[in-house]
Amino acid sequence: MVTLQLGTRHAREIAERVPDPELPMLTLADLGVLRDVRLTEDGTVVAELTPTYSGCPAMAEMRADVAARLREAGYERVEIRTVLNPPWTSDWITPEGRRKLAEHGIAPPDAAPRGPVPLTLSPTRREVPCPRCGSADTEETSRFAATSCKALWRCRACREPFEYVKEI
Amino acid sequence: MSEDHVYMTLAEGHEDDSRWAYGTGFEDPLHGVDTTVPDTVDAGELAALCVALGDDALVSAQRLAEWITRAPELEEEVALANIGLDLLGQARLLYSRAGQVDGTGRDEDAYAYFRDAADFRNVRLAELPRGDFAFCVVRLLVLSSWRLAQFERLLGHPDPVLAAVAAKGAKELTYHRQYAAEWAVRLGDGTEESHSRMRKALDKVAPYLGELFTACDVRDEVVAVLRQVTEEAGLPMPAYRPSSGSGRAGEHTEHLAPLLAELQGVARATPGATW
Ligand SMILES: [Zn+2]
Repeated sequence: MVTLQLGTRHAREIAERVPDPELPMLTLADLGVLRDVRLTEDGTVVAELTPTYSGCPAMAEMRADVAARLREAGYERVEIRTVLNPPWTSDWITPEGRRKLAEHGIAPPDAAPRGPVPLTLSPTRREVPCPRCGSADTEETSRFAATSCKALWRCRACREPFEYVKEI
Repeated sequence: MSEDHVYMTLAEGHEDDSRWAYGTGFEDPLHGVDTTVPDTVDAGELAALCVALGDDALVSAQRLAEWITRAPELEEEVALANIGLDLLGQARLLYSRAGQVDGTGRDEDAYAYFRDAADFRNVRLAELPRGDFAFCVVRLLVLSSWRLAQFERLLGHPDPVLAAVAAKGAKELTYHRQYAAEWAVRLGDGTEESHSRMRKALDKVAPYLGELFTACDVRDEVVAVLRQVTEEAGLPMPAYRPSSGSGRAGEHTEHLAPLLAELQGVARATPGATW
């Protein structure tokens, strides 16, 4: 029992440190996509991952990466499971993850909406402070950026463009 | 981690069944998900629903992908590609679920690449040719509002997998609808040219609205969105007519077959190819 607990803790530490393929400053634990890691009695490590977006192309890389890291660490039997429920929201990004995003010039998301979001057509004044200079004088340039999870913004004070992880 | 490492790991993990050319050669997107179908669910109906919703998404994603290199600005190209990618992801999950419950054990590729036009169940609005940017915006507004309303109802579906796909998809569709609505207002309330193109686009979409509401009666939700957007944009509401013909029954326009020919060509030329 104690060995299983120790093994589980060890396996979890390894899986938690795997970086996200698209936001490599974050670990999978920071991003909140690693739902569970446990060592079972027959020596299999079961790791549960949840996708950020339905079409997230990084999901397969994450699975392959977690499995490879665990095998490198000596766990021969690794099983990666996909968990869809409850769905990932940007609220799953940990405080540590948010700090790292900001540190790398990416604005972290605000609180995610809960339940259905009505269509709003009047311009909503979202305040996204510039992750470089902290100015609140920023504007959205595109709702969609290099990956589904980010939008593109621009700072009018320091004139730098920056990415912003969307609330979802 | 270095870039090299990411791709090395990928290659290592997929020596056996990499079908890179089709972009889906990794694993079943429902890999490791509990596949049990609850007793209260009719498996045939569930599979048919998953295929229909998957087909709407796949065909829409293909039309959106046609905008890559053709959109008015790079930002719009990126946005439309991202929206298409979300829909493609939804289609993959839905096809995988259909194959689990319909007893055939087919994988996502079997549904996407190896069915003919008459076997597709998407609504015909999704398959109409790309058109201009105004048509792209109006079609996206209608289809995303319609799909979002359906997904919100599916949150309570007794099949936990479909309910979970809907829960995730609804968040994505909210962004798609917002994108289309903002462009609809901008163009409708823009220049004379953009306004007249939006009117034409609404006229082109109108004959296909009835089919949507026959397939899934979420008319109130869709009409409410259209009313909100057209009022703000100074555009007329599209005239509603009852549908004649139904993509859900396998009746399609002449535009679906060429779309599928392009989508399926490589996979059919070399079935099961790996490289
Ligand atoms: Zn700044």
